[in-house]
Amino acid sequence: MTAVEVANLSVHYGPLRAVDDVSFGAAFGEVTAVLGPNGAGKTSTIETCEGFRRPTSGAVRVLGLDPWAQRTTLHREVGVMLQDGGVYPSARVGETVAQYCRLYNRGMSPTELVDRVGLGARVRSTWRRLSGGEKQRLSLALALAAKPRVAFLDEPTSGVDVNGRDDVRGIIRDLAADGCAVILATHELDEAERVADRVVLFSRGKIVADSTLANLRSARTTVRFRSSTTLDTAALARHIGLDVSANDDEFMVSFTATDSSMASDLVSRISVWLGSNALPLHDLNVGGERLEDIFRMLTKGQGS
Amino acid sequence: MSALRSQIDAELSLVRRNGEQLLVTLGIPLLLLGFFGSVDILPTNTDDPIDFLVPGILALAVMSTSMVSLGIATGFERSYLVLKRLAATPLGTGRLIAAKTIAVACVEAAQMVLLVALGLALGWSPESANWLLALAAVVVGTFAFAGIGLALAGNLRGEVNLAASNGLYLVLLLLGGLLFPLERLPAILEAVGRATPTHALADILADSLMSAGRHTGTSWLVLGAWAIAMPAVAARTFRWN
Repeated sequence: MTAVEVANLSVHYGPLRAVDDVSFGAAFGEVTAVLGPNGAGKTSTIETCEGFRRPTSGAVRVLGLDPWAQRTTLHREVGVMLQDGGVYPSARVGETVAQYCRLYNRGMSPTELVDRVGLGARVRSTWRRLSGGEKQRLSLALALAAKPRVAFLDEPTSGVDVNGRDDVRGIIRDLAADGCAVILATHELDEAERVADRVVLFSRGKIVADSTLANLRSARTTVRFRSSTTLDTAALARHIGLDVSANDDEFMVSFTATDSSMASDLVSRISVWLGSNALPLHDLNVGGERLEDIFRMLTKGQGS
Repeated sequence: MSALRSQIDAELSLVRRNGEQLLVTLGIPLLLLGFFGSVDILPTNTDDPIDFLVPGILALAVMSTSMVSLGIATGFERSYLVLKRLAATPLGTGRLIAAKTIAVACVEAAQMVLLVALGLALGWSPESANWLLALAAVVVGTFAFAGIGLALAGNLRGEVNLAASNGLYLVLLLLGGLLFPLERLPAILEAVGRATPTHALADILADSLMSAGRHTGTSWLVLGAWAIAMPAVAARTFRWN
């Protein structure tokens, strides 16, 4: 059984097709990152999987259950972390975690959970007194209280400091290692790159990429280098026959490699052209595409 | 059972911690009863104002807990996504409503004990009281006011709901005939007042506590109509987030 199965799902709000006939799955023991620009349809999809929304058409199964019709049963084994909110401002950290441990009744120790998310010193603090990162840690603890077989985590590292991010990543990896299917919604591509096994990328209500991170990155090859800001990208593009993108003094050429000699041939042509134009060549790098570049290419013109 | 008990604890803990809720549910009713029961300045048309005040203040207490306190807390829970988060637990809608109902009942029980005790201390002497009928009226009134509170909470933003609930509380306090007889109002306002659940509940409580509940058929109809209509409206229109 796949942990999460989405088949031909559509979610419409009046005339708006927020999600348009998408299908994907998430497996136990894997972290599946759901990415996309704002308004791409990922929140509507995840909320449908969580049982908050009814699909307009299509089918969703989480742990083999219909999230809308069987949500009370489903929610015994599913951990949910909202992007923000979810706790009354005057509620204390310790009592909130204890409340959720009793709600799920899965034998989790509130004290251990609070320590695990690094809030041991804040156990008597109220929600309103927590920093943004601490609030995210508490929300994560509430999701963990379910001892989940499937965890939906929305922006778990938003507002969390650098050291805290390492902790949160560790928790996410531990969850997956214990066999939990983690569905991670995030805008932070670096985060997805570090913890995800699989990426589902949304754009305009459709899925534009659904693959393992390794496959996605190796689908195209990128040549990156630094040179002078006076470099004429249009002239270089004409010379090599490929688009050249520039970000200050960093330049990038991305292409689909059909054989291994293409990259070395391209590097050679670029270096010769730069030499003949008396332009410097620094930090030359050839490799798979970064997730950020893939995201930009596949979601061009959408979102904010 | 563990989930329900946990949620009841959480509801009661929030009531205890929120000073403004305690002010509305306990502070204001006790203050009004204590003050107006001690100084005879209200035109109550009775020999002793305390006989008029106790049933009215009991009705006010029911309204403050089941409409204002419950409605405002639920409205903010909706705004803060607390309800959405709870909806993703095994608690379920039924147990959430049960927990809120039990929490309201606990607060109302405390109110009744304190207000009746204060009333007795101020000289109130309920003769031939029908306490069972009064309790039934409190239960029906709770449904009516909770329906109103949740209908507002389920449709308005937290801050707007706060203002609307407090405004309605004041209107129903003045039009409900709780501090003075409705006959003192202009005819049109008197007619409106008689249609309010506040007046209906106060009237039934006054009658059941002072005359064993013999003369309040119309008020039962009014209160019953509110108790059926408003929870239905709330259930139909409530938005969880």
